[in-house]
Amino acid sequence: MAEWLKEVKPLTLKGQIAVPYTWWVGDVGSRFMVSLRDQQKILGSKCGKCGKVYVPPRKNCGRCFVDIDEWVAVAQEGVIEAFTIVHYGYPVQPAKPPFAYALIKLEGADVGFLHLIKKNLGKIKNGLRVKAVFRKERTGQILDIDSFELI
Amino acid sequence: MDKAAIIGVAQTKYERRKKDQIFADMVFDVTREALDDAGLTLGDIDSVVTVSNDFFDGRTISGMAVGDASGGQDKNISTVSGDGTFGAFYGLMRVLSGYQTTIVVAHYKGSEGDVKITTNGMFDNIFHRLLGIEAISAAALQANVYMSRYGIREEDFAEISVKNHGNARNNPFAQLPMKITVKDVMKSKKIADPLKLLDCSPISDGAAAIIIANEKIAARAKKKPVWIKGVAHCCEDYFLGDRDLANPVALAEAAKKAYAMAGIKNPVKEIDVAEVLEPFSYMEPLWLEGLGFCKPGEGGKLIGKGITTMGGKLPVNPSGGALSANPILVAGLARLIEATLQVRGEAGARQVKKADTALAHGFNGPCGQSHCVWIVGGKK
Repeated sequence: MAEWLKEVKPLTLKGQIAVPYTWWVGDVGSRFMVSLRDQQKILGSKCGKCGKVYVPPRKNCGRCFVDIDEWVAVAQEGVIEAFTIVHYGYPVQPAKPPFAYALIKLEGADVGFLHLIKKNLGKIKNGLRVKAVFRKERTGQILDIDSFELI
Repeated sequence: MDKAAIIGVAQTKYERRKKDQIFADMVFDVTREALDDAGLTLGDIDSVVTVSNDFFDGRTISGMAVGDASGGQDKNISTVSGDGTFGAFYGLMRVLSGYQTTIVVAHYKGSEGDVKITTNGMFDNIFHRLLGIEAISAAALQANVYMSRYGIREEDFAEISVKNHGNARNNPFAQLPMKITVKDVMKSKKIADPLKLLDCSPISDGAAAIIIANEKIAARAKKKPVWIKGVAHCCEDYFLGDRDLANPVALAEAAKKAYAMAGIKNPVKEIDVAEVLEPFSYMEPLWLEGLGFCKPGEGGKLIGKGITTMGGKLPVNPSGGALSANPILVAGLARLIEATLQVRGEAGARQVKKADTALAHGFNGPCGQSHCVWIVGGKK
């Protein structure tokens, strides 16, 4: 470091970037979100070729490289496949730490569903069953499911 | 593949906060040092690849801001927004497609942005970002799956942190050389279970550069050329829930291809030293499994057997790895530079004896979505 800089507090500049985006949620995403909002139902999509049920739903199966056009409602309950209890906070988090992230295999789905667990953190284990808890005020977004709770 | 070699390397010292250097200053320094190391002048370079990320830098088309500093004026310059090993891969492709000498430069200043917000931005904007997930919590999920699959203990991961911070004491470029114990790691602050502070890499500033040349230019390099014997990369699914996080299939595929190119049949026997990208302690043993150094679930046992420690059959991360300095994007290029220094016999106090074949590894994306594997060696 330049000698003179050691003697002073180096200058910094605060960035002013705040880039607003408005994302279209898309064909399958919209149907999934509307179903959460209006019916409290979790929808997946099933590949006609490999039979895999994706939740959240996909428009195409990347592996088979075909369109997916079959919708399936999966259960609100499933099994914890992975979890972590988060001890740090930062502005984007939707809950106050500590809370948990989990990959949940919902009944009827073939992939893990990423979401939150907020209660009974000390009791969480892989293999335990959880159930979705919906928010009272729903707006058509992933957090219309508030979190999952141990059954 | 036509022959190509790494003939010049340079890296800054990695630090928590470089107050006196802006991005371009760091890039200028490593570009000039890499040229000196190769014994070339800017006139010998006909292609430039920069490695940077707009979101990390807070700048649109971030590569353009370091065009002057990387000697890119009046040249063919392009940017890879990903790990440095992938930038080097593109640099190699340019040499193989007819350019004679490509310089690849990478820069990152973790001190200037917010790594949690920026890595939240790598997740799906519709289904995942609002959950607040980012690189650390995603990694913690992977560590959890890996542990529960094979009955691995947190102490096993702590051993990796102890080894790598210890190795960093031999690396003048490292940010966190430390003599610590498993107990120190275990009692360090909880971050996201099972990860504790000392299981996680630090926030770092730094830059690195590498010069890749064809056979003709390599013949007049100042130092011993380090030949590229094999290299490959492979990617898997985007959504975490679609992947088996305890089975790095993309890495296994990349390794298989790189080994086939390099004619390697028994990696543990034929590779003398490995530098793998492990911003979290658990990643080192998991990646070693993907690289085929051992059976699935046994990555953690290699350190206990003394195989991956300095003096072992296959030392891993003599530099201290990303746990000891993690300038994102630069960190993978640093692994390739370390592998190069090992083959040259220029790794100083961290030199592995008789290192003629070295492996370098980097990855992109959460929990190692995409991996790049390099095999370099002293023999043409």
